[in-house]
Amino acid sequence: MTSTPVFEVRNVSFAYDNSQAALEHVDLTVRSGESLVILGANGSGKSTLLKLLDGLYFPTEGEIAAFGEPLTESNLRDDAFNFAFRRRVGLVFQDSDVQLFCPSVMDEVAFAPLQLGLSHDEVGQRVDEALQALRIEKLRDRAPHRLSGGEKRRVALASLLSLNPDVWLLDEPTIGLDPRSLAWLVDFILQLRQQNKTVITATHDLAFAQKFATGIHVFDENHRLAASGKPGEILADHELLHRCNLSHFHVTHEASICH
Amino acid sequence: MQRRSHFLEKTLSGITRTLEQSLFAEAISLQPGVFQALDPRLKIIATLALLIGVSMAHNAWVIGAVYLLAVCFALASAIPADFFIRRVWLAVPLFTGLIALPALFMIPGQPLVHLPFGLIVTRPGAQSVLFLLLRVGTSLSLVLLLILTTPWNAVLGALSVLRVPDIFILILGMTFRYIYLLLHIANDMFLSRKSRVIGRMSGAEERHMLAAIGANLLSKSLNMSSEVYLAMVSRGYRGTVVTFKPFRMRRQDWFWSAFFAVTTVVIMYLGR
Repeated sequence: MTSTPVFEVRNVSFAYDNSQAALEHVDLTVRSGESLVILGANGSGKSTLLKLLDGLYFPTEGEIAAFGEPLTESNLRDDAFNFAFRRRVGLVFQDSDVQLFCPSVMDEVAFAPLQLGLSHDEVGQRVDEALQALRIEKLRDRAPHRLSGGEKRRVALASLLSLNPDVWLLDEPTIGLDPRSLAWLVDFILQLRQQNKTVITATHDLAFAQKFATGIHVFDENHRLAASGKPGEILADHELLHRCNLSHFHVTHEASICH
Repeated sequence: MQRRSHFLEKTLSGITRTLEQSLFAEAISLQPGVFQALDPRLKIIATLALLIGVSMAHNAWVIGAVYLLAVCFALASAIPADFFIRRVWLAVPLFTGLIALPALFMIPGQPLVHLPFGLIVTRPGAQSVLFLLLRVGTSLSLVLLLILTTPWNAVLGALSVLRVPDIFILILGMTFRYIYLLLHIANDMFLSRKSRVIGRMSGAEERHMLAAIGANLLSKSLNMSSEVYLAMVSRGYRGTVVTFKPFRMRRQDWFWSAFFAVTTVVIMYLGR
């Protein structure tokens, strides 16, 4: 049985300042409960795509539909649409320092549910649950800028967990994480999958993608969708990965060993 | 030449000192202590009340007593006494003293000291300057006590309870947070530059480097501000901010509220 489309991206192009192309003619569909990975080298347009899916940028060409409705600037100006969309979709930014702008961890985790009109009692309860789920209760009153990279990432995830969206957009979530935090993050994403959440992760970390992806879209350095498929097919296609600057052949000068 | 060559080190140590002071203040605010245990709203209101009392008092003994009270609170709040005293009394003569200096000679009255060039320090002039220094020093000590014993986020939270507009508080919080982040970036830039500098740089080279770092920081801060805005929009921000106000007054807070209310009334009564 085919699940409902969460996002439908049709022939989408995007250019910064209408000149510098970031995405070109992208077509893809994201279905409910999928755990999709967007693979691409730095600058290939992965982060831009996530911001488009989160309704922060709007296509210069083509269209995006979210939950069957056009995701446009004018629709997002409508309070009811905006409220419903923001409740269902959350983005974890690549740079946690950008995402964590509140004076304390508690304020950070409470920010989204408060803006979306939940009562203070419910927000308090959600904050407690999110901090507990991510095992960061002791950070509650700390200032986010004093935290380590791994702690910041947990707080960023907690700031979405308190909202409990249906769709999680994760932009390069592995950057700056130590091995223990990385393993924890994989477990966290697998838990989201078990809860039937839709997870879209932008990364260039192939090993990380392999651990939880149900489908992979690969972007090339010309900001185009180079391939889509199952993880087994995509990750076995070395020529594709090499062409998209996601793996490399390394020849040493001394012994001409290729690996 | 020798002085110029230390420009990089001075800038680096200045940035590092600022970061360390900020860390030191936060470390104190997280320690157990009398003032740390108080509700931040109460601390802000008490500090404001005492500041008003000190500004209205005309009796040096009363102001002196408030200063002693502030020092006692500092000691009971794990603030090192020498740090608390030095921080205030090194800055006060430098800034307030310079402003008050002419009053030494301009207020007519009984001569106290005769200086060269016919300058005379009068007794009322000296009294007036000392009184001003005492008042400013006491006020600064009260504010320092508040800042050192209250985490910045708690101060901001308390402001929202005191009906300061939420958007103003959010901007204030973000300003502090991103200045701190930019200081870190600036520190890294200077360190990176230092690691690649061999020998001494000329004044022109140092100015050029400073301008480049400044421009880079400006560009980064602009980019960051637009990303922060997107992060806010992504989590439901639509021009107005709703904040969480979880403060609850406990029995001890009511006790200290009464204490500060009585103290302020006494200051105003005795200091009139």
